[in-house]
Amino acid sequence: MVLMTEPTPIVPPTSPQYDEVFLARRRRRSVALGLVLGAVVLIFYVLTIVKLGPNVFDRVL
Amino acid sequence: MAYIDQSRDVPALAGGARVEDYLALLKPRVMSLVVFTALIGLLLAPGGINPVIGFIAILCIALGAGGSGALNMWYDSDIDAVMSRTVNRPIPAGRLDRDHALALGLILSIFSVVLLGLATNYLAAGLLAFTIFFYAVIYTMWLKRSTPQNIVIGGAAGAFPPMVGWAAVTGTVSIESCLLFLIIFLWTPPHFWALALYKQSDYGAAKIPMLPNVAGERATKWQILIYSVALVATTLVPGFVGFMGPLYMVAAAVTGLGFLWLAYRLFRTTEDKAMRKAGRTLFTYSLSYLFIIFLALITDRAGSMLGWF
Repeated sequence: MVLMTEPTPIVPPTSPQYDEVFLARRRRRSVALGLVLGAVVLIFYVLTIVKLGPNVFDRVL
Repeated sequence: MAYIDQSRDVPALAGGARVEDYLALLKPRVMSLVVFTALIGLLLAPGGINPVIGFIAILCIALGAGGSGALNMWYDSDIDAVMSRTVNRPIPAGRLDRDHALALGLILSIFSVVLLGLATNYLAAGLLAFTIFFYAVIYTMWLKRSTPQNIVIGGAAGAFPPMVGWAAVTGTVSIESCLLFLIIFLWTPPHFWALALYKQSDYGAAKIPMLPNVAGERATKWQILIYSVALVATTLVPGFVGFMGPLYMVAAAVTGLGFLWLAYRLFRTTEDKAMRKAGRTLFTYSLSYLFIIFLALITDRAGSMLGWF
């Protein structure tokens, strides 16, 4: 398991490699957060439709 | 991807945690058991529920469990750092800021309760809020560090999910959902004390007053045996009150006998190494046991609905 085998840090915090990793991590976090927010919107949308029921389509246009 | 491998070599830094570290805060393995028992509670409840709302209810219970897990890791990071079982958790390992864990825990807890209230009913949401409060405040902040009965009372937090699932469908608390609660409530002490028996030194180092450290091994084994008898007796009640049928009763009786046998074997063992082994066996068995009991509950119900018996 990845979390169990965290090695001792070997990359100095000022190196270019460090920046690269930091940016990559931040990007992954941003993507994950974006997906979570999208899921929240979707959940509320679907929940609203389900709560309203089929009658939501039953109206004079 | 290349950066994943590199990222493991980078030290923890504020704002530099990986997505996996945040997921680890939610205690995925505990969450899976919570989801499973809550789902059984939801499916057993009379009346039925819209599948979409049922899915959202289970999601809320899972997020609530995750939120309380994050709050637990936030508060317990000091003792997690001295126990071998928990030293690799994101905060003590230095991969994640404590404040981030607190923020994630609070956001998930509030969001899950509000969403469950909107999707199902306020009783279910109230029960979920109480469960999170019980685990994060009553157990983690108070009982865990102050009394050897910590997991007996704290076990209630883990026992609520099927009751929340049931309440999400019916909007009520009934005898049947209380029975589901009671099964997990009585299962928790022998399960954790079996673990505590073979991880005694860990809890001792963290100064957590677990029963083996405070009352000794003999008293712990007695308590495990007593709770095991109470647990197995309780698992048979659903059959006696007509809530469950023969399939469940057979499964509960057979697996219950196995539980009692392992608890008795642990009770009889005195030699240290053999006792640790017996403790580990009971701990592992107890996980499968709870899974089988809840699986038997739903299989029995499905069987009777399909006219198998």
